[in-house]
Amino acid sequence: MQRRLKIGVLYSRVRVEEKWIFAAMEKRGIDYERLDDRAISFDLENPEPWRAFDAVLERSISYTSGLYTLRLLNAFGVPTVNSASVAEICGDKLMTSAVLARDGVPQPHNATAFTPEAALEAIEAFGYPVVLKPVVGSWGRLLAKVNDRDAAEAVLEHKATLGSVQHSVFYIQEFIEKPGRDIRAVVIGERVLTAMYRKSEHWITNTARGGEGEICPLTPEIEELSLRAAKSVGGGVLAIDLIEHTERGLIVNEINHTMEFHTMQPLSGIDIAGEIVEYVVKMARMKDEE
Amino acid sequence: MSTITCPECEAQVELESGTEVGEIIVCPDCGVDLEVIAIDPAAVQLAPMEQEDWGE
Repeated sequence: MQRRLKIGVLYSRVRVEEKWIFAAMEKRGIDYERLDDRAISFDLENPEPWRAFDAVLERSISYTSGLYTLRLLNAFGVPTVNSASVAEICGDKLMTSAVLARDGVPQPHNATAFTPEAALEAIEAFGYPVVLKPVVGSWGRLLAKVNDRDAAEAVLEHKATLGSVQHSVFYIQEFIEKPGRDIRAVVIGERVLTAMYRKSEHWITNTARGGEGEICPLTPEIEELSLRAAKSVGGGVLAIDLIEHTERGLIVNEINHTMEFHTMQPLSGIDIAGEIVEYVVKMARMKDEE
Repeated sequence: MSTITCPECEAQVELESGTEVGEIIVCPDCGVDLEVIAIDPAAVQLAPMEQEDWGE
């Protein structure tokens, strides 16, 4: 008989996704523990309490807490979904771009510089408009579409002066005329579960920013590119954001490692929470059988 | 059904059944985000402000 597994779910807030995940755990009779990332602490001399978990699902809203927790858990030998290295890559747009570039996965044209002067030079070489993005951050916050040199100088100076040092990693991206939408595909392991269009009149199409979801039929092209992108960052439970480039076709914009799916689950009718839980259990079993 | 008092505007807010600890509710009167910190009896506090590294 198989041993009963113990799963941890790390979270910051119980959003609807976490409710669905907890419900999926309960439905399957899984022994799981809710781990509030604001309440936990780690004694590195005493990893045993953490080793009691056969796997931990990370659902933190805080990228920093989530990432460091994953690093510690992986160091203790506890499998996590996703792994620390996947979180490290996906949580940082420049790291994501770097691995996609390494693997030849199509993505927007990006450049990076570390001083406002060098960034301005890189922007001028690109031609306007460009988009400046923080390397860490989400929900479409602090994205700046820069239409001319005046704007570029202003935004770069603000970032250098008002931002943390991280805002002086200037991540510059070509501005892409999207057809008022982008595509989000959900990948779990080796499978693309479903995809949706995120529509918005605004150039930022995140549903967190008011973009609306509409089901997107899976095409072989979407599936192939999503799986390539997922593999490139290390695989796991991932949301791949794709853009339909007018000249280059489908390209990968970014990859989320703790995806929200409150729009997607009801829209697709697919039990994404249940699929995530099954995947975590599979990870735990693999570890258990080692 | 549990009722809480909004710490910001003192509105009486009824929690829906199935509400869980850690969930964020929005005060229908003043619109502030409240974090549910206990269920029985129900208690809430002002939810933490969004941080720069928050997201998915």
